[in-house]
Amino acid sequence: MSWSWLSISSLVTRSALSRPATRLYPVERREPFRKTRGHVKFVVDDCNFCTICAHKCPTRAIVANKKEKTWAIDHSLCILCGNCVEDCREGCITLSNDPWPPMEAKEVLSFRKDFELPPA
Amino acid sequence: MASTTIVPFGPQHPVLPEPIHLDLELDDERVVQALPSIGYVHRGLELLAERHDYLEMSQVAERICGICSFIHGQGYCQGVEHLMGLEVPPRAVYLRTIWAEISRIQSHLLWLGLSADAFGFESLFQHSWRIREMLVDIIEETTGGRVIFGVCKVGGIRKDVDDETLQRVGRRIREIEAAYEEVARVFREDPTVQKRTAGVGVLGAEDAYALGAVGPVLRGSGVVRDTRQLGYAAYGELDWEPVVETAGDCYARCEVRLREISQSFDLIAQCIDRMPEGKIDVSVKGKRPQGETMIRLEQPRGEVCYYLMAKGRKNLERFRVRTPTFANIAPLVQMLKGCELADVPVIVLTIDPCVSCNER
Repeated sequence: MSWSWLSISSLVTRSALSRPATRLYPVERREPFRKTRGHVKFVVDDCNFCTICAHKCPTRAIVANKKEKTWAIDHSLCILCGNCVEDCREGCITLSNDPWPPMEAKEVLSFRKDFELPPA
Repeated sequence: MASTTIVPFGPQHPVLPEPIHLDLELDDERVVQALPSIGYVHRGLELLAERHDYLEMSQVAERICGICSFIHGQGYCQGVEHLMGLEVPPRAVYLRTIWAEISRIQSHLLWLGLSADAFGFESLFQHSWRIREMLVDIIEETTGGRVIFGVCKVGGIRKDVDDETLQRVGRRIREIEAAYEEVARVFREDPTVQKRTAGVGVLGAEDAYALGAVGPVLRGSGVVRDTRQLGYAAYGELDWEPVVETAGDCYARCEVRLREISQSFDLIAQCIDRMPEGKIDVSVKGKRPQGETMIRLEQPRGEVCYYLMAKGRKNLERFRVRTPTFANIAPLVQMLKGCELADVPVIVLTIDPCVSCNER
């Protein structure tokens, strides 16, 4: 006769005596990996508003305006594909490895470049 | 004349992660026939390919399925590369193979957990998923995503993995394999697993072949057919044999998946050992796909076929995907004939139904 609890008993006993495999998430967080696609970061001062990022965005999460010198990203639309990062010639868009916190409402981050230094 | 009862099963059912509906015609507790109906999660991704840029479409193709996401992206990229006549560098090919095998292991572990849940073995379900979590961490470390890898692109891959990380992954894979063997032993030896799955939902080899079953369902019935034998990606250069079981019941299909996980661990180790140096992508600048092609790949659930047609424009003319779940629905209906009502959830789960995948 076979005993159903025998084959899993060692596994279950060890699990019961060891630390939990899960984390108490909001309190205890794991350090994100170096390559983790967390969120898109934008530095408005370096941008020349070429709008390539907006054209390359597959979900149209980025809206950029050359005339108004504005740039906006909708984090609820962004799929973190990294196309904008790869195509940005000025290096003003980067992927941070820190995951964007859960959103309660639609969050659109807008940037406007107010003034520009005259060319030296 | 004996009267029969029709019991609806799904689309919302505790055992089903995704919506599929079955009308079960019952004579007392025995299933006389089952009529499936699908179409609850259709998203129209194939039409999207006709409107999106072919380079952007690789990201959409990856989102056909959440569990076998990488292999969908790989299939699409291989198809477009074939149309454009691109030669992908060997390092990219090997890294693609590693990721495909990792996604196969995590998909099978997910399935083992779900099936343990379906026959009421909660702790085994949790332990399967605990091991899967370690693999998902490897995916995140090497690609940056946990579910959607986002590393496959037309012409190669987006991100290289340095040798140090690869060696670390190789060591971790060995540790995970040891942890997995403990869980696999429970699946193989525990009498409750045997009682719920052995001799249930038997599908003979001839039926499986005639009804067009694919993947573990076909191999569980004793037919030696694995699309990886075609030698796409790096499979032609690796040492492996398709996993085959002959019983054709739910237990045989479970055993095929258990053995395939061990095989995938071995394939990953082989790929890491033989990893070539060099570039990871080739430029596609100024090129456009032209012509038509058919690509077949082995997904965790079975063979997937892609048909691509392009006329030299920036978007494809036609994109068609035949997913393994679609091929396995006809064998499922055959398996359900004559089974007990209580066994229906277990049998439905053994084809590993991925309905979102199926309906694109």
